[in-house]
Amino acid sequence: MVTLTNPKSETLNSKQNIKIKTNNLKIWYGSHQVMHGVSIDVYENEILAAIGPANSGKTSFLKCINRLNDLIPRSKVEGEILLDDKNIYKLSVSSLRKRVGMVFALPLPLPLTIFDNVAYGPRMHGIKEKKKLSEIVESSLRSSSLWDEVKDRLNSQAMKLSGGQQQRLCIARTLAVEPEVILYDEPCSGLDPISTLKVEETMRELKSRYTQILVTNNVKQAARVSERTAFFLMGELIELEETAQLFTAPKDKRTDDYISGRFG
Amino acid sequence: MKEYFEWLIENLILICGVISIVFVILIFIFLLKEGSGIFSHTSLTGFIFGKDWYPISDPPKFGILPLILGSFIVTLGAIIIAVPLGIASAVFLSEVVPRGIGDILKAIIELLAAIPSIVLGFIGIVILSPIIKNIFNLPTGLTALAGSVMLAFMALPTIVSIIEDAINSVPKSYREASYAMGATKWQTIRRVILPAASSGILAAIMLGIGRVIGETMAVLMITGNAAIIPTSFLQPVRTMTATIAAEMGEVIRGDAHYQALFGIGIVLFIITFLINLVSDLFLHKKRGKA
Repeated sequence: MVTLTNPKSETLNSKQNIKIKTNNLKIWYGSHQVMHGVSIDVYENEILAAIGPANSGKTSFLKCINRLNDLIPRSKVEGEILLDDKNIYKLSVSSLRKRVGMVFALPLPLPLTIFDNVAYGPRMHGIKEKKKLSEIVESSLRSSSLWDEVKDRLNSQAMKLSGGQQQRLCIARTLAVEPEVILYDEPCSGLDPISTLKVEETMRELKSRYTQILVTNNVKQAARVSERTAFFLMGELIELEETAQLFTAPKDKRTDDYISGRFG
Repeated sequence: MKEYFEWLIENLILICGVISIVFVILIFIFLLKEGSGIFSHTSLTGFIFGKDWYPISDPPKFGILPLILGSFIVTLGAIIIAVPLGIASAVFLSEVVPRGIGDILKAIIELLAAIPSIVLGFIGIVILSPIIKNIFNLPTGLTALAGSVMLAFMALPTIVSIIEDAINSVPKSYREASYAMGATKWQTIRRVILPAASSGILAAIMLGIGRVIGETMAVLMITGNAAIIPTSFLQPVRTMTATIAAEMGEVIRGDAHYQALFGIGIVLFIITFLINLVSDLFLHKKRGKA
């Protein structure tokens, strides 16, 4: 794994390191197949957007990467998912999810204080010292650009924050366990435009340190934030290109139809 | 015509609502009227804190402290047994076993509630009390402990069922969020699910206490009925309810003993009222916070 310090070499370097690789990934829920053999390489420290209409399999794809689909009864996965060249089913679920964090569609603070929400993950992984926890909480909240708004009320209930603040709290919570990859499942679908911009800004700021995959229903958001975009349809990967390329000159007609709003 | 019908229904509902409140008030007034006479015989503090319950000696002594403590110790024991068991089996039902099996098991546990308390009393006398007698080498197995165990079983179905509902109503998203940060199942249950379900768990405990403290038949049969101040779980005790049930048949209406039994009824009423009030306050506070 190469640590990137020089921003100029970023694009070049990141293309050489594959962080996540799926080989012929197939997913079933019961007898219903929702993903038909998808192979994707996700580069280190890139923001990859996955777009597509409802039921296109983009969220299922995301949930497979940190095995949250295990929680769905009767779900079945075939094919390989590699994280740093290692099959994720060979890792323990807990350590996989520590390395691959997830931010959900609706902001889901736990019914705890702001501090405890962020400290939850580190505590689960065995960090007990108050001082260490405070440091983690502060740096995580700073990274998710929430620190200045909440630093005076860390002990109030997280539920009292606004929707956008709650979502950035969830990002902070995910950062607190020091993941390598962050998955976003339509992170702005419940947010107002200003909060959405703030979340997107946070994502861009996190770019230098994390590999991020963004599933979004908002085509414009994919265009604003991501470097590469994958278009899913009916459980298949139709097209994966540099974002600028995909949005200006899509190769597949279905991609063109979707991004120009003719269906979906 | 339509308006008339509306008016009729509205008022019928109003009357039904008012009637149930009026009944509660009437019952309390009746208890007060029948029982308050005892306080001309024995002072209020002498009644509640009196250590001797000798209603038919001469002169009779009406101190109900042993009875209050008897009820208290049996209830405490039952709750100590039933709450951990109840939480554990509710967690097992909702988080560990697959959904379908969990539903079947829950239905079976709820069937426990259908067992008449007198049957539990039989089991207590015939099976449980000899076991307790042998284990602890006691002169009799009819003790507070026997009552606690039987009452714990009686309260368990209610407690399990309410806690299970509370756990099930914790949003699935909390679980996902916790798992997504790499927490294990046990960590998720302990740190997220149980705290989020805490108001339901508290309600379950309160209802359990209500059930246990008001229970009469089983405790009358298996606690030994000695009106002495209990110092351990291995002694026979007598509860307030058992006292009323056992002695009501032999009193003369209107005499001091009769009034004393009603006095016990008032005390019992106030205790259950307070338990309900406290649990209500707690539930509302919790809800306001969330």
